[in-house]
Amino acid sequence: MSDATVDPRFRRKPPKRPLRLSWADERIRGIVWQILVVGVVGTIFYWLWSNTAHNLEVRRIATGFGFLNREAGLPIAEHVISYEPTDTYLRALTVGVLNTLKVSIVGIVLATILGTTIGIARLSKNFLVSKIASFYVEVIRDLPLLLQLLFWYTVMQGLPGPRQAFHPTEGVFLSNRGLRFPALEWEGAHTAAVVAFIAGIVLTWLYGRSARAKQMADGQPRRVWPAAIALIAGLPVVVWLAMGAPWTIEWPALRGFNFRGGANVSPEFAALLIGLVTYTAGFIAEVVRAGILAVNQGQWEAAQALGLRHGSVLRLIVLPQALRVIIPPLTSNYLSLAKNSSLAVAIGYQDIVSIANTTLNQTGQAIEGIAIIMAVYLTISLSISLFMNWYNARIALVER
Amino acid sequence: MSDITLNAAAANPEATPRNPPVATTGPIAWVRENLFSGWLSTAVTLLLGYLIIRSVVGFVDWAFINAIWSVPVVNGVAQTQSCRELHGAGACWAVVTEKHRFMLFGTYPYDEHWRPAIVCVLFVALYIVSAMRRFWNWTLIPIWAVMLTLIGILMWGGVFGLSYVPQERWGGLPITLILATFGLAFAFPLSILVALGRRSNLPAIKVLCVLYVELIRGVPLISLLFMASVMFPLFLPEGMNIDKLLRAQIAIILFAGAYLAEVVRGGLQALPKGQYEAADAMGLTYWQKTGLIILPQALRLVIPPLVNTFIGFFKDTSLVLIIGIFDLLTAGKTAIVEPAWQGFGVEVYVFVGLIYLVFCFAMSKYSQALETDLNRHSRR
Repeated sequence: MSDATVDPRFRRKPPKRPLRLSWADERIRGIVWQILVVGVVGTIFYWLWSNTAHNLEVRRIATGFGFLNREAGLPIAEHVISYEPTDTYLRALTVGVLNTLKVSIVGIVLATILGTTIGIARLSKNFLVSKIASFYVEVIRDLPLLLQLLFWYTVMQGLPGPRQAFHPTEGVFLSNRGLRFPALEWEGAHTAAVVAFIAGIVLTWLYGRSARAKQMADGQPRRVWPAAIALIAGLPVVVWLAMGAPWTIEWPALRGFNFRGGANVSPEFAALLIGLVTYTAGFIAEVVRAGILAVNQGQWEAAQALGLRHGSVLRLIVLPQALRVIIPPLTSNYLSLAKNSSLAVAIGYQDIVSIANTTLNQTGQAIEGIAIIMAVYLTISLSISLFMNWYNARIALVER
Repeated sequence: MSDITLNAAAANPEATPRNPPVATTGPIAWVRENLFSGWLSTAVTLLLGYLIIRSVVGFVDWAFINAIWSVPVVNGVAQTQSCRELHGAGACWAVVTEKHRFMLFGTYPYDEHWRPAIVCVLFVALYIVSAMRRFWNWTLIPIWAVMLTLIGILMWGGVFGLSYVPQERWGGLPITLILATFGLAFAFPLSILVALGRRSNLPAIKVLCVLYVELIRGVPLISLLFMASVMFPLFLPEGMNIDKLLRAQIAIILFAGAYLAEVVRGGLQALPKGQYEAADAMGLTYWQKTGLIILPQALRLVIPPLVNTFIGFFKDTSLVLIIGIFDLLTAGKTAIVEPAWQGFGVEVYVFVGLIYLVFCFAMSKYSQALETDLNRHSRR
């Protein structure tokens, strides 16, 4: 069946037939269909566009993004960067985007951990563990996320007020105003220490890579962990000490009707995070389970024949292979978590949808407001899928 | 034979009788194998068993033993002091007893509630009929047409002596079922066309379909619903207006269409290439090939993921709450706005959640049964 046996005359492309102006010609039919479909879609869009332009003119709504530089005047309770109601709409929307990113990133990390645990638990040999895990998955997946969010928010609001707050240990208060806990007073030295920590990880990675390259060259194994500890743990401490070792803890205390000082997790954020994490974990658990089941039974048996324990089999043999099956559906679950965080608007967490919605109500700039929401989510979706495609390509099985 | 045994016993008279082998069948063996197979397993079983018993006892206490099932109503205002005195130790099911009609049917005229009730039954009957493989042929189309007409007559009224009920007064479960059913009924054909378009050789059509699918899938449903509620009026010529429910319905159809299209495309891609080539070799036209050879096989391949997507959309219809359409969840949320019932959200959401759970659980069990049924040929 190799190329040599094929008569070279058949390997030539068929000669290009001249176009015949007839319905019987496939290419003519294709061109007509395309013109027709594009024409219809184009007409519909043109009609919608001209209506919109006319309506905007009649209602005297100025289009454009000029409103972004006006003073917003909308209060935002939670902000990662500093924000005052006197700031511009642009800054308000940026705060919204950062809030969306905050809940999405924390949610993705927690949902992955919880989902993987539950997925593995579903395959446990212990009857009770696997049944509880499947019960969780069945129930969580069959309830609307919005319902779950409202439920958690109601539970949060049902907590006692600040004066009767749960007070498990010194400085920790759980009330309907959220979770208060002591916080470090943040100073420049801490930022420097975090930077040093990240630098330490990068340096360790580089060092490990060169150590492995040297081992490949001469066969001598090299110890990486002393350098790793020195770089990852030692470097930040040294930096922090060099900058004067500031260490002031801010303790929360009840003043009047609310708490002062310390850090706070708002009930809105907590409800949204709990809802998103528990819901997405149900889906991730199924993905993980399917991925593990997709690994050939022979791999399990071979690993057991080598004398590995159950945990080691899972960690060294099965999970790395299962990851290839898991990554693509996991990506779409991450994407849906990021998109589902838009439900925050229903429970009053001020994410980008909520702030853009307030903005469009205040300014009347409906088209711009919705365009901003869509642009933000398209950017997030595309970045996650680009990153995951890159990662997927990296771990893909190299085949001939 | 008996000699040999006797001799063997005689040769070693002091042999202690050995224990019988450990049972590998029966309930005790099952418990040992599945609950106490090692010290870790035993510890986990005991811990989980304790937690389960604690939480089940706690739940039964809350939901049944300490619960209050009804409260007196004075001058149309429910007296909920007895519920409040529980301080969360027991459920206040009185809110469900009192408000279930409102949660299920919204602001539909009270005396006419039998009409939306029949509508819900009709919807369920329609789902059951559509789920039976015996009806998977052209008869399904007239069945759907008749059912949907009946549902329309019952909801609107105005004929056969039924009083007219404007659409603004509809609410509750019928709205959820209408949004889900019509959404899927229109999104499914749309998704097939889009999936075919995405696999087409015609570049312009392919680009349009790819753009549609990727743009819709990249944004959350809420942004489309906002678009339907805020931006859509700007799209239409002056004086022409479409009501809010229909606008949300269009948004849901467009959204569901994009997701279903990807599922259908999966089926089209999974079909062996030989099927396409054989159909071409028979001289079938594109639509004959698609309708007679490709789609019947491709759709069968993707029925389980299709049902899973349906479940997703059934749940997603609850998002219309955010633009203020009166579906089941909105009705539940509105029921506890009344001062007397404030603070009993948990009970209401448990009730509403149970309704969603029944529908979704039925669909998911059906999907699993169907999957085993359809894969019978490949099972060994």
